[in-house]
Amino acid sequence: MFSNPLIYFVVIPVVMLLGIYLSRSMAQIRSVAVAGSILLTALSVWLIVDYLGLRAAGDMAPMLYRGDWMWFSALNIKLSVGVDGISLAMLLLSSIILLTGSFASWKINPLPKEFFLWLILLSIGVFGFFISIDLFTMFMFYEVALIPMYLLIGIWGTGRKEYSAMKLTLMLMGGSAFLMLSIIGIYYHSGPDVNGAAHTFDLLQIAANDAIPHNWQYFLFPMAFVGFGVLGAMFPFHTWSPDGHACAPTAVSMLHAGVLMKLGGYGCFRVAIYLMPFAAQELAWIFLILTGISVVYGAFSACVQTDLKYINAYSSVSHCGLVLFAILMLNTTAMTGAIMQMLSHGLMTALFFALIGMIYGRTHTRDIRQMGGLMKIMPYLAVCYVIAGMASLGLPGLSGFVAEMTIFVGSFENTNTLNRVFTIIACCSIVITAVYILRVVGKLLFGPVQDEHHLQLTDATWWERTSTATLIICVAAIGCFPNFFANLIRFTFSPDIFAVLK
Amino acid sequence: MTPINPTIPLLILALPLTMFLVLGLLGPKMSHKAAGWLGVCGMGTVLILSYFTAFTYFFSGNEAFTDGVNRLQYIVFNQDWLQFYDKLVIRIGFLLDPISAMMLVVIPTISFCVHLYSMGYMEGERGFQRYYAFLQLFSFSMLGLVVATNIFQMYIFWELVGASSFLLIGFYYQRHSAVSASKKAFIVTRFADLGFLIGILVLSYYTGTFNFTELTSAVTANGSYAISETTAFGAFSSFGGATFMGCSLFSWALVLIFMGGMGKSAMMPLHIWLPDAMEGPTPVSALIHAATMVVAGVYLVARLFPLFLLDDFSALTFVTVIGAITAFYAAVVACTQVDIKRVLAFSTISQIAFMMVALGVARPDIHHGMGYMASMFHLFTHAMFKALLFLGAGALIHAVHSNDYTAMGGLRKYMPITHITFLIGCLAIAGIPPFSGFFSKDEILTAAYENSFFWGAWMSMVAALTAFYMFRLYYMIFWWNEPDYSAHHHKPHDAPWVMTAPLVFLAAVSCVAGFIPFGHLVTWNGAPYTIHLDWSVAIPSVIIAVCAIALATFMYKKENPLPDRVAKATGKLWTAAYNRFYWDEIYLFITHKIIFNCICRPIAWFDRHIIDGTMDGFAWVAQRLSIAIRPLQSGNVQYYVWVYISGALLLGVVTAFFMI
Repeated sequence: MFSNPLIYFVVIPVVMLLGIYLSRSMAQIRSVAVAGSILLTALSVWLIVDYLGLRAAGDMAPMLYRGDWMWFSALNIKLSVGVDGISLAMLLLSSIILLTGSFASWKINPLPKEFFLWLILLSIGVFGFFISIDLFTMFMFYEVALIPMYLLIGIWGTGRKEYSAMKLTLMLMGGSAFLMLSIIGIYYHSGPDVNGAAHTFDLLQIAANDAIPHNWQYFLFPMAFVGFGVLGAMFPFHTWSPDGHACAPTAVSMLHAGVLMKLGGYGCFRVAIYLMPFAAQELAWIFLILTGISVVYGAFSACVQTDLKYINAYSSVSHCGLVLFAILMLNTTAMTGAIMQMLSHGLMTALFFALIGMIYGRTHTRDIRQMGGLMKIMPYLAVCYVIAGMASLGLPGLSGFVAEMTIFVGSFENTNTLNRVFTIIACCSIVITAVYILRVVGKLLFGPVQDEHHLQLTDATWWERTSTATLIICVAAIGCFPNFFANLIRFTFSPDIFAVLK
Repeated sequence: MTPINPTIPLLILALPLTMFLVLGLLGPKMSHKAAGWLGVCGMGTVLILSYFTAFTYFFSGNEAFTDGVNRLQYIVFNQDWLQFYDKLVIRIGFLLDPISAMMLVVIPTISFCVHLYSMGYMEGERGFQRYYAFLQLFSFSMLGLVVATNIFQMYIFWELVGASSFLLIGFYYQRHSAVSASKKAFIVTRFADLGFLIGILVLSYYTGTFNFTELTSAVTANGSYAISETTAFGAFSSFGGATFMGCSLFSWALVLIFMGGMGKSAMMPLHIWLPDAMEGPTPVSALIHAATMVVAGVYLVARLFPLFLLDDFSALTFVTVIGAITAFYAAVVACTQVDIKRVLAFSTISQIAFMMVALGVARPDIHHGMGYMASMFHLFTHAMFKALLFLGAGALIHAVHSNDYTAMGGLRKYMPITHITFLIGCLAIAGIPPFSGFFSKDEILTAAYENSFFWGAWMSMVAALTAFYMFRLYYMIFWWNEPDYSAHHHKPHDAPWVMTAPLVFLAAVSCVAGFIPFGHLVTWNGAPYTIHLDWSVAIPSVIIAVCAIALATFMYKKENPLPDRVAKATGKLWTAAYNRFYWDEIYLFITHKIIFNCICRPIAWFDRHIIDGTMDGFAWVAQRLSIAIRPLQSGNVQYYVWVYISGALLLGVVTAFFMI
């Protein structure tokens, strides 16, 4: 079992949990968190290199590094792991954000030990979700990722933290309920697996059998899509996002917007569309309308917010809407773009939340009307904020541009009028995004200094610099060398693997 | 044999980018002098390399660059950057053809002058290193834009020049006006770029390519490309006659792409950002908002010219009409402004519109498509004399510390070098021989008259206005009456050599650039021809220009009440022109009153109260229900017993009822 490299994505965090539990001081906690997440990052980088080598050598299996271990044989539940380029990209994203999140919570107070324990438990859920290819195990890890969120926001949050934590958890749990129904339905129609067992949770097996009756797909597809869509902040199930992000502590906002929301998009294509291609094609238009609305609706809402975190949460609604929107276009280019957008949004929104946390930690306000001219006071943070903003509004050379352009070009390939109209509407978001980003940049960073007391504030410390610089380098890397990531992702979206693309 | 060593073009792009990173990251640790001279030297190297490249292209006679008669397009390198699907790939490359080679002369020349000039102008400014870093970023983006091998590369660098323009306009970021001007510039051009993007999507969907060489030219035997509209026919026919709202989709694509050009080149109604962009440092205005970036729209149309030709001239007519209206509008407004940089800004809008009109009226069957050549010629000469005028204006502002020309007057005595060079710039833009503007403008007017008398006459009228407002400006600055300069701590005087040297150089270029045989260098399909001055157009236009100058002399040479009387006589019209015909107010109304108050706020309210209210409503209902049934679990044993017994009795009764 331990010869499979993927298992270490769960083993390392478990060891980290132990290490943090045994730590005696803040320094020890920090070093465990940082060392562990560096190890995870290194592991995912190594796997990506190795994966590309295997692909270049002609390995055409849909998932590599497969491992199967029977877990509960009565129901044919297995712990099966395996990754393709997309999961690897997501694993890399998660580990980078865990790393930068650890740096961003350098001075977390109170209860640092407990904070890191929950944070790492959350990341076990995330990593487990991305490596699983057994629906049951996947769902289990999904739940593991959701629950710690409640405590992390409820205890370490700010503002109306109990309300937000409860709202977030309940809404996501509501989504999970749909999801569970859908998973059980899929299980019952999954058909025999290779060993002759009547039902299976194995994703690849279910997709290969393609045995789910069409009339059942009509019920199960929307449930799965909405179930994951809630986490992907799909309109009208997105309202947990502004409140939740606004109250969450910095690292949690980063991990939540950066990684957890990606679970939604990932689940939508890996479960809903992959397993139920018929319904995906038939019902895509409904969700296309909803996600199309998300894109512009989120952007317009962001234009009038005054709380930095609200602005960013609504911007996330818009950007994550674009992810689901592109997935529903059901063609290789757009879906590749969707995954790139997930990567890009994950990194830049984590950068945003990190910066907002750092600014809030100094000024003790997130209201843009009470701040101004921060460029003069904390130039490093302000420059990073401008870069994050530029990435968000799609400046070439940073990640947002390549992702959005891939999505738009891919979406425009669909010739029917509805898709075209919504593609053009989605394109409009590039202008609206520019409006709200520049509004914030102009108010917050430029202009004269608003508050005399802010003049005494200091610029970023070394751990804050490490955290933000790492994220900026990653954002620029995707923006400057997009083909590397596109090639990593594109393989999975071939008609041989994805029935819906035929 | 490789026609040119690919390292040189690569360096032209790589050097400014490296400089940007070096100055951006290490700049704060450097002294002002070190950062400035590093920037100047970097740009100087780029200047030498680009001159070398352009001269190799034009004069080496290599068979990759010319087939003996026509000039060819040659791709130096082309690197895959992002692949969408098998055919559709974004590449980053370097295309050499007549117009890109010409721009390789224009951009580094102006950029170098501005780099040098800024050493004096920006001396002692906070953020000096940052300023030089941004200048390098801009030069990189602009060079990348003009050498683009495909329309998507152009779009990428198009966005980058937009961003560097944003950063430079907002250079004085503590000033409210600078911040809002930079915001406005970015958002207005972004809106235009939305059209550009959709145009690219439509065009690339039907033609299946982004490459200029596939869209507008054909492969020749030695791997270069020959430009012609017959080969672009493939692009046109791939649309299969698709229409949208009664117009062919091909026209839509071209018009949408042109919309991007309208934004960058400040054509009506997307011109409103350019006058405000003057909030940036003056050398920046000279580089970006006069000579290089704002002509990107013209360059875009020129680049896709063979496609425009296929469209039954409907897209070209659109270009002509937009250009003509803008040229006239901007010239009228320029006659009333009092801020010297704004006069120059409106003059820039008007002159770019000249170039647009020249492209719009160009027809390949009339004089080798001379409108195209005229447009590029004017682009070249205009870049030189407009940069000269802006840098001159910078020297004036530097001397009197004000943009307003009521603070100037009689400066010819104090600043002789600035005076002479500024005068040369004015003569050039007014179209007085033998200065460069005369030759290029004459070609444009001839092309317009060849197309139709109406456009010719229209543009002649605009040319007359040009001469008038430029000399109004000139007299107001250098003659008129002298304000009290003793209030300053020193009398105004000429700037240091780093500032005057670029002025003298650009003035010299403006004197001789008209004699460049442009027809032999830049034509729409690379076929050289000899320009003949059309005296039947040239003589009347010179007479008109001289008359306009004479009128300006009469009105503005010495202080007199005439201008005020004219302003009073024209009343409302003057006020309207002074307020730029209220375009800014219209935009403010649309963005603030309509989009912000009628779309954004209601949506935000709807989200908080309806969508989120529904979610809270579910929670509220669940909570009410639980409160309603909570008393059942009171912990009171007597109550439990009572419920137990009454339940049992009830069950007994029901059972009995059904049994009996």
